[in-house]
Amino acid sequence: MLNIFQNIEISHYIYLSCVLFCIGLFGVLFRRNAIILLMCIELMLNAVNLLFAAFSEYMGDKDANGQMFVFFIMVVAAAEAAVGLAILVMVYRNTRKTDVSFLDSLKD
Amino acid sequence: MNSIGLILGLPLAGFLINGIFGKNLPKSIVGWLGTFTVLASFVIALGVFNDLRHSAIPSEGFHLKLFTFLNIESFNVDFSFTLDRLSIMMTLIITGIGSLIHLYSIAYMHEDEGFYKFFAYLNLFIFNMLMLVLGANFLMLFFGWEGVGLCSYLLIGFWYKNAEYGKAARKAFIMNRIGDLGLLMGLFLIFHQYQSLDYNVVLPKMSNGSTSQSMLTAISMCLFVGAMGKSAQIPLYTWLPDAMAGPTPVSALIHAATMVTAGVYLVVRCEALFYLSPITNNVIMWVGLATSIMAALIGLKQNDIKKVLAYSTVSQLGLMFVALGCGAYTAAMFHLATHAFFKALLFLGSGSVIHAMHHEQDIRQMGGLKSKMPITYITFLIGTLAITGFPFLSGFFSKDEILIAAFEHNKLVYVLAVISATITGLYMFRMFFVTFHGKYRNHHHSFDKVHESPWQMSLPLMLLAVLSVLGGLLNLPSYLGNNVSMKLSHWLAPILPMAESHAEMSHNTEFMLIGLVVLLFVLVVLYTRNKYVSKNAVPEEDALTPSTGKVLANKFYIDELYEMVFVKPLEMLSSLVDNFIDSKLIGGLISGISKILVFISDLNKKIQNGNIEYYLTFMVLALALFLGFNLFF
Repeated sequence: MLNIFQNIEISHYIYLSCVLFCIGLFGVLFRRNAIILLMCIELMLNAVNLLFAAFSEYMGDKDANGQMFVFFIMVVAAAEAAVGLAILVMVYRNTRKTDVSFLDSLKD
Repeated sequence: MNSIGLILGLPLAGFLINGIFGKNLPKSIVGWLGTFTVLASFVIALGVFNDLRHSAIPSEGFHLKLFTFLNIESFNVDFSFTLDRLSIMMTLIITGIGSLIHLYSIAYMHEDEGFYKFFAYLNLFIFNMLMLVLGANFLMLFFGWEGVGLCSYLLIGFWYKNAEYGKAARKAFIMNRIGDLGLLMGLFLIFHQYQSLDYNVVLPKMSNGSTSQSMLTAISMCLFVGAMGKSAQIPLYTWLPDAMAGPTPVSALIHAATMVTAGVYLVVRCEALFYLSPITNNVIMWVGLATSIMAALIGLKQNDIKKVLAYSTVSQLGLMFVALGCGAYTAAMFHLATHAFFKALLFLGSGSVIHAMHHEQDIRQMGGLKSKMPITYITFLIGTLAITGFPFLSGFFSKDEILIAAFEHNKLVYVLAVISATITGLYMFRMFFVTFHGKYRNHHHSFDKVHESPWQMSLPLMLLAVLSVLGGLLNLPSYLGNNVSMKLSHWLAPILPMAESHAEMSHNTEFMLIGLVVLLFVLVVLYTRNKYVSKNAVPEEDALTPSTGKVLANKFYIDELYEMVFVKPLEMLSSLVDNFIDSKLIGGLISGISKILVFISDLNKKIQNGNIEYYLTFMVLALALFLGFNLFF
């Protein structure tokens, strides 16, 4: 199993991560639905996770920090998803919508 | 000298107590407190007067330095007072007549709801007036000067609910301010020239000949402008007749006996200066003479009892300035004192009449009051005789002294001053006969309701009547013998070092001049008595007066002239400033700036529309830019 991953060039990991990140980024920027927004944020975080893991493997035994970071990010992502969904539920209860483009009360 | 502090402090204490607690005190306490503080000052002043009589150096007074008021480099002014022969005379007049008028006010103002305020103001006035005459330097005098102006303003506008009275108060205040500017310029010049404002430093320096003539003239003219404002001389006299809007005791105290004589006091105090400026002396003399005659002429046609007295005051002040201009300083002070007696008496008498007539001031509505108000009638008669120069009453001596000084100085001035004195007789007897003789002419109040005033009002009348009769004793003419005569001249001589004693004119000339004046007096009495008592003539309505009389009744249209020449252009200028410069130019500039800001903000507002997507987009774009910049450059 490990070999398979090691055999893949590091550049492929980077391309994949970039693609995933950009998909997430554009999802955040251009979708209106808050749930999709949260999913896209997860996607961006996971793109970063993948990159961390890949770099960690690339560095070999010398450095396992990257893999450590992945765990941290997973924890933060889980917390963020929990809080985000809670906010979303409240927003939905109050406005009956999950469309973020209507939430412009920040300008006041 | 503790007594100086007491003389000044008692009225101030009265003012503070009445001003702070007066609202909750019963009227009797307020009134008597106000009266007794001034009376106590008077008694103490009498004691000081006695000390001064026995003092070793007659030109020296007592001094009291409280603290150093200002000390900036070479500019040093002490908060100090001096009580010499001149200021004790003023102090006695102020506190003596002041306490009588306080007593009078207890009854006169009894119905008024602002009773405590009135007494607080009166006490404050006495304090300020004392500060004016007791100050040991020009700055202290200036404080008092401004203080009495303030009190005058407060008391003229005492019945402030009447808008006209408020206007009169403001007029007095503003006209006085014009004069005060002159006084202030004078003080600046004095300081510029002598680096000091102390009388003791400045006055000797003026007389030692080191100052240029033009400087002396400039200083004395500036001071005289100040005196013009306070003492109601042409051209700044129109405020005084209007000041009759105040309660009558105020007119008696401030606008007849004391404050308006401050100008005379100032000139006498600076005798050394004025003696050395012949140009100013001439100006003073002619201004005084013009004021005297003009005010007397206007007084001929006034029908308001207090207005007649007001113009009479202006006229008498003019006579005092004639005396000052002739260098007869003692005569001016003498007339100041006797005028304080009889004019206070006349004003209080008119107040008694007004009180009895339920605030009716028009003499055409009166008549025949002598049977109902015997005390007022007799005292008013004495006052009238005193002011018109009935032989051997106070006004006779003081006015004659002025006339004789004028005769020695300039024959033309003498003739004009005699004319002014004769007109004084005409308007005073006209008023007197119309008010007290003839038939009662008022249909609104029945004659039975007219009553004599209570004792608080008649007692001051009687005391002042005694003073008006005996006031001449202050300075009897020299032909009555050396032991009794010229007391005031001897008293003031150490204070007035420059004024040489006049060359004695022969007594025959003097008797002739006096005879002429007495003859004119008799003619005036006969003429007015014939017109207003025998023929029972009532002054015409303003509309019916013939054209020359109309000019007089309308006060030579001076108020209208000032309105046209000064007030209207000023109003136009200020409305121009208001409409154009202020609202268009400055307002436009300010609101223009804010409009530009609002415009820019409106542009910016569109960026911050509160939509997260925009914010995120901008954030990502910016990040991408930074990243790209880092990568490629």
